[in-house]
Amino acid sequence: MATPSIKISETPLVLHVLRRADDALILGHRLSEWCGHAPMLEEDMALTNMALDLIGQARELYSYAARIEGKDNDEDKLAYLRDERQYRNLLLVEQPNGDFARTIVRQFFYSVFADLYWRAMMRSGDATLAAIAAKSEKESAYHVRHSSEWIVRLGDGTEESHARAQAAIEYLWAFTGEMFEVGDDERGLIDAGIAVDAGKLRAQWLKIVSGIAAEATLTLPSNDWMQKGGRAGRHSEHLGHLLSELQMLQRSFPGATW
Amino acid sequence: MYTQALNTSDGEDRGVEDAAQAARFQARIDAEERIEPNDWMPAAYRKTLLRQISQHAHSEVVGMLPEGNWITRAPTLRRKVALLAKIQDECGHGLYLYSAAETLGSSREEMVDALLAGKAKYSSIFNYPTLTWADIGTIGWLVDGAAIMNQIPLCRCSYGPYARAMIRVCKEESFHQRQGYEIMLTLCRGSAEQKAMAQDALDRWWWPVLMMFGPPDQVSQHSDTSTKWKIKRFSNDELRQKFVDATVPQAQFLGLTVPDPGMKQDAEGHWRYSEIDWDEFKQVLAGNGPCNRDRMAARRKAHDDGAWVREAAAAYAEKRQARQHAQAAE
Repeated sequence: MATPSIKISETPLVLHVLRRADDALILGHRLSEWCGHAPMLEEDMALTNMALDLIGQARELYSYAARIEGKDNDEDKLAYLRDERQYRNLLLVEQPNGDFARTIVRQFFYSVFADLYWRAMMRSGDATLAAIAAKSEKESAYHVRHSSEWIVRLGDGTEESHARAQAAIEYLWAFTGEMFEVGDDERGLIDAGIAVDAGKLRAQWLKIVSGIAAEATLTLPSNDWMQKGGRAGRHSEHLGHLLSELQMLQRSFPGATW
Repeated sequence: MYTQALNTSDGEDRGVEDAAQAARFQARIDAEERIEPNDWMPAAYRKTLLRQISQHAHSEVVGMLPEGNWITRAPTLRRKVALLAKIQDECGHGLYLYSAAETLGSSREEMVDALLAGKAKYSSIFNYPTLTWADIGTIGWLVDGAAIMNQIPLCRCSYGPYARAMIRVCKEESFHQRQGYEIMLTLCRGSAEQKAMAQDALDRWWWPVLMMFGPPDQVSQHSDTSTKWKIKRFSNDELRQKFVDATVPQAQFLGLTVPDPGMKQDAEGHWRYSEIDWDEFKQVLAGNGPCNRDRMAARRKAHDDGAWVREAAAAYAEKRQARQHAQAAE
């Protein structure tokens, strides 16, 4: 016997909040995979800290999504009882950790975006989202700092670290476009001052990312073809495996309390 | 998480030092003064502490692995966050303890190299596997519980940096212990399947946890000097008995059975346990526990895979310093 997936009433606001929650949970989950295996103890602490911040953000966002949905769902049902196609996170955050360079580049690309996004969302007309944004922005600002420092160290460190960082940038670049995508269902929320037009953050994101890359002696790809699908629930093959681990106990013991 | 009385014997090198200095040192210990890094200390005192603190640090770091096995499968987001934070605490303990050990004159790199070369030990308990979610509850409840029993007296250890590290470590361990017990309580109040999971975990962990306190007093080789130096304040068997007396009522409250049919309460209220299988303990220490090879392989892999990262950080720091010097010279 297994617990089936829940049904969600995907109103634009619920969907909008779930997308952010899924980004935070999946990236937090990926970072948590490093725990006990990082290149040094200090970095083990730092990666775990970022994982804790992100899973904390996910919990607040899921709880809020459940509240506005107004059904019987809660943070755990939303995290543990939706299948792959119901997850709406960015493809970027579900990409496997790879080596430390890939983990750091993924974090850097996402955090620079998330920081701009949360900073803008602090002015959201939705008081709960504005409050979550205020807390999350403090965290993402640290994540930007930590990952930028590593980008520079790796890019301008040894020949090997430079090559690995450059390879990570090239591998992940095609997943960055999706961050700035705005769904048709989000237009109304943007017009109402509840959500932010992510597309308008792209120029600033590119400026920050280019600046750090230049300092790190790394090159951003000129290729502007971008992979998409996560926001619509069309994922890479990696997410299913992640979810099968994440949801294992909730799926195998229907109705149990943990 | 835990230091273990492993009683590996070193050749004693006392006696070659100045007798008057040694007497002054012992007088300070007897007066309950703390010994600090720059103070004179007998070479054997330094060596004993360095071995004990570094083993303790290694145990914290290796101890991240069995619990880490369940991070990605924790059953709720609250449990996931609590487990991650707990393991992060253990990592922090490893860091303070390596720092405390460094005050005795060995670098973290040297200590880690000794661990990875198989020359240094860590607590035997981490060579057992975590097979179900109930193992996470059991580790918090029993393994951290046993660690607290052992570490509370270490807060009064004669060596200042170790004693001070233990104060903070004990506060965090006691939180972990309550968290673990709360996981067990939830399982025991849950479905029959969950309760069976809890019982199975207790069955598997009980005896290895009792072994954490080290060999029985009659075969303990180093307790005398450690006691004289106030590194150790209670014997292995005293601490083990204290732990059993505290734990049996907790198991009863959960409705779980301690897997020792011979256990009896004596007239003074102590729970007397049956003979411990010391052969198993020796086998685990010799590298033959169920997970020794996996644990060391995981630590070596993290170290080897991280080498290029540490090299990059060092190379960058050097370049940056050179640039700053060049700028200052202009």
